[in-house]
Amino acid sequence: MAAVEALNITHRYGRVTALDDISFNVNEGELFGFIGPDGAGKTTLFRIAATLIIPAGGRMTLFGLNTVSRYRELRNHIGYMPGRFSLYQDLTVEENLNFYATIFGTTIKENYHLIELIYKQIEPFRKRQAGRLSGGMKQKLALSCALIHKPGILILDEPTTGVDAVSRTEFWEMLANLKSEGITIIVSTPYMDEALRCDRIALIQKGKLLAIDTPFNIRSSYARKLYAVSHPDRYRLLIALRSLPQVITSEPFGDSVHVVLRDDVLPPEVKKALEETGLHGVSIAGTMPGIEDVFLELMQKEQ
Amino acid sequence: MDREMAIEVRDLVKRFGSFTANDRLTFDVYKGEIFGFLGANGAGKTTAMRILCGLSRPTSGRVTVAGIDSGNPEAIKRRIGYMSQRFSLYEDLTVNENLELYGGIYGMTMKEIRQRREELLQRLSFTGYCETLIQALPLGLRQKLAFAVAVFHEPEIVFLDEPTSGVDPVTRRQFWEMIYETASRGMTVFVTTHYMDEAEYCDRITIMSEGRIVALDSPSALREQHGTASVEELFVKIARPKNTNS
Amino acid sequence: MKRFMAFVRKEFLHIFRDVRTLIILFGIPATQILIFGYAVRTDLKNASIAVLDNAHDDVSNDLILKLEASDFFTISNRLNSYDDIDATFKKGKIKAVVIFPEDLAALLTRDGHATVSIIADASEPNTASLVTGYTSGILNDYSAALTKHITTGLPVISPEVRMYFNPNLESHFMFVPGVITLILIMVSALMTSVAIVREKESGTMEVLLVSPLKPWQIIVGKVAPYFFLSLVNIIVILLMAWFVFKLPVRGSIALLIAECMLYILMGLSFGILISTIVDKMENAIIITFMVLLLPGLLLSGFIFPIENMPKVYDYLSAILPPRWFIEIIRPIMIKGAGFVYVWKETLILAGMTLFLIVLSARKFKVRLEESSG
Repeated sequence: MAAVEALNITHRYGRVTALDDISFNVNEGELFGFIGPDGAGKTTLFRIAATLIIPAGGRMTLFGLNTVSRYRELRNHIGYMPGRFSLYQDLTVEENLNFYATIFGTTIKENYHLIELIYKQIEPFRKRQAGRLSGGMKQKLALSCALIHKPGILILDEPTTGVDAVSRTEFWEMLANLKSEGITIIVSTPYMDEALRCDRIALIQKGKLLAIDTPFNIRSSYARKLYAVSHPDRYRLLIALRSLPQVITSEPFGDSVHVVLRDDVLPPEVKKALEETGLHGVSIAGTMPGIEDVFLELMQKEQ
Repeated sequence: MDREMAIEVRDLVKRFGSFTANDRLTFDVYKGEIFGFLGANGAGKTTAMRILCGLSRPTSGRVTVAGIDSGNPEAIKRRIGYMSQRFSLYEDLTVNENLELYGGIYGMTMKEIRQRREELLQRLSFTGYCETLIQALPLGLRQKLAFAVAVFHEPEIVFLDEPTSGVDPVTRRQFWEMIYETASRGMTVFVTTHYMDEAEYCDRITIMSEGRIVALDSPSALREQHGTASVEELFVKIARPKNTNS
Repeated sequence: MKRFMAFVRKEFLHIFRDVRTLIILFGIPATQILIFGYAVRTDLKNASIAVLDNAHDDVSNDLILKLEASDFFTISNRLNSYDDIDATFKKGKIKAVVIFPEDLAALLTRDGHATVSIIADASEPNTASLVTGYTSGILNDYSAALTKHITTGLPVISPEVRMYFNPNLESHFMFVPGVITLILIMVSALMTSVAIVREKESGTMEVLLVSPLKPWQIIVGKVAPYFFLSLVNIIVILLMAWFVFKLPVRGSIALLIAECMLYILMGLSFGILISTIVDKMENAIIITFMVLLLPGLLLSGFIFPIENMPKVYDYLSAILPPRWFIEIIRPIMIKGAGFVYVWKETLILAGMTLFLIVLSARKFKVRLEESSG
């Protein structure tokens, strides 16, 4: 049985279509990521999954239970972490955790093994008010709170936004750990590089799914050969590349420019053409497309 | 390398009581450079940024921003621009009105404002949106306009705080192209961010940890030095604080 | 039940950790009582009174001496006839006229009791009640002394108080019911709506909704502490009024508290209703202020005497709960009225409360508002 089944989910706010005919399945025990920029519809989709919104069209089930008609039963099995860490800022770390444990009818002791690895890191600060924690610690506490009732599925809406890279790496390590406990996890993020941490991902943009697959397959789906071109003066390089007839697309990508060449063109030819415009010492090398390259390609295709 | 400096920091120390937020920072930012400023939460990044922007004074050490000593914050503020990750535009004003407002704040005359506005809107191909309320603009355009507003008074240095976090890949590329273009005209761009893929776009980056600078070089050089595939990996390797009390 | 108690406990933690909440809860009632109390309190010292002595006998002379001897009064006028009373008052200097009947001593010996009239200038109701109070006190002392000597019968001089200009003596002490009306709105409606909306703003409401907590548990858990604190507040206000200003509650305290509980319930359901409509704390505050607090302030008698208000307001205010609440507790507190006198108003208030409870219960969703995505 699939942990999540979504069929033709559509949702509107007034005249704005937030979700447009979204269908996907998440397998039990899978770490499934929704990757897309702000305003893509991730939060709406996650609220539907968390039984908080009734979709205008389509239907979604978690563990075979419909999120609209069976929401009462479902709410016992969902661990939900909304976009803003849902903590009581004026309660201490311990009080927050205790509160969430009690309202879900459990105790910290009962499920301590589930949160132990995460909670141990913030336990030294258990008497500190949540509002005075750093972003990374808040994130860990919020995850502990979402986990304390041993949910079958974790729904994490942008858990890594506003948190530093160290905490984010730790966070993804924790999710991998929880996955091995058999918990299904759906997670959303606007950061393309985090996609690689998921078993499967869905790329989402303007309420539509652009692709669903494993990160590897998605990267392999990039149709053309991609080159990374670099030169210290990136702006000049970019302008020069755009002027070359041999180049189909050129997009800045980190400290290089990702370039797609016409089929009959080889890198040395481009290098030479660039030298003719006065750019010397340019390096060109084939590169593996990233999730962001694919996203870019799919977005341009949509438009 | 003998290049013109936009920012010079020598032995900058900032203490809050017994807590040392910045511990003898020394670095230079060159004119026309895109400089990335990275650090974990609580590493002292924000404190240093505030000093550079003239919002706070160092406990000791020498800081020169756009040729001006940190003892004269008002003069510094006139020569810098700032864009936060939240849109710093008034949603209920039009594009023109926002530009007029910011131009006015920085003491530009109406004539200058009009002239520069035309230039700017042309360059951004924004001319169709002059009379549009900010709230009616698509997210990507707002982001670009926020940047345009931050550099509207032609500052010598512009500070950007997570400028492209959460935007779609297309807008993001357009945004970085704008930054490249701005830097190529000689403006210095100082970027603070949590996101390491954003750091990869900078000419040079510095990584702070526990109040000190632990790395400073170009992203490619740093990757090579530490044998990591990405800045992210590098960051996690060297910026992980020894204790989590941050 | 354990879940519910955990919820209530958490709510108390919020309240006691927030200095601003504590100030609103306890600081404001105390200061209001003190400010309004001291503003109207004037110590009675050498108040000018006039006497109209129709008796000219031992008893009346004794009493006049006693009045004169007290620090409270100065007898600045001796009137000769009833016709002088009106003119004397209109000059404005005289606070009260004490009138002794023609055959005071004779009445006392013959019937065992007599009546002395006190007419007070009630355009200053506070002074008027003090003057009549002290005068009555002196008369009572005197008659108590008399009864010790005369064992046959019970000669008592009873004061008969009449008010001039403001016959119903609309007392300034009406501020106590006024303060109660306002404070209860603040604590019940305002604080609860803000407390609920705060959870919406912080995103914690999303998690509560997704939890197995039932909606009624969330709502009752949120408001129960404020119900309790409202009651504490009433008691604090009444105790302060009594200890600091010697203002007694003339009617039944039990009835008063019961009516207050009804009103608190109204405020709480109003607060819940607001919280289901708005998503921002500022809006919750503005709506509560416009709909409940402002009318409460206007009708409480702080600003306009009720009897001077244009009829239009009178009709308009009929749909506002504070108006009815004031009409209930004012007679209970000041006139000592019983339930018989206020049952109609109570019924109206109860009806409004029921309406609000039903409405807010229906509006409270188990899901998020559609607009908040």
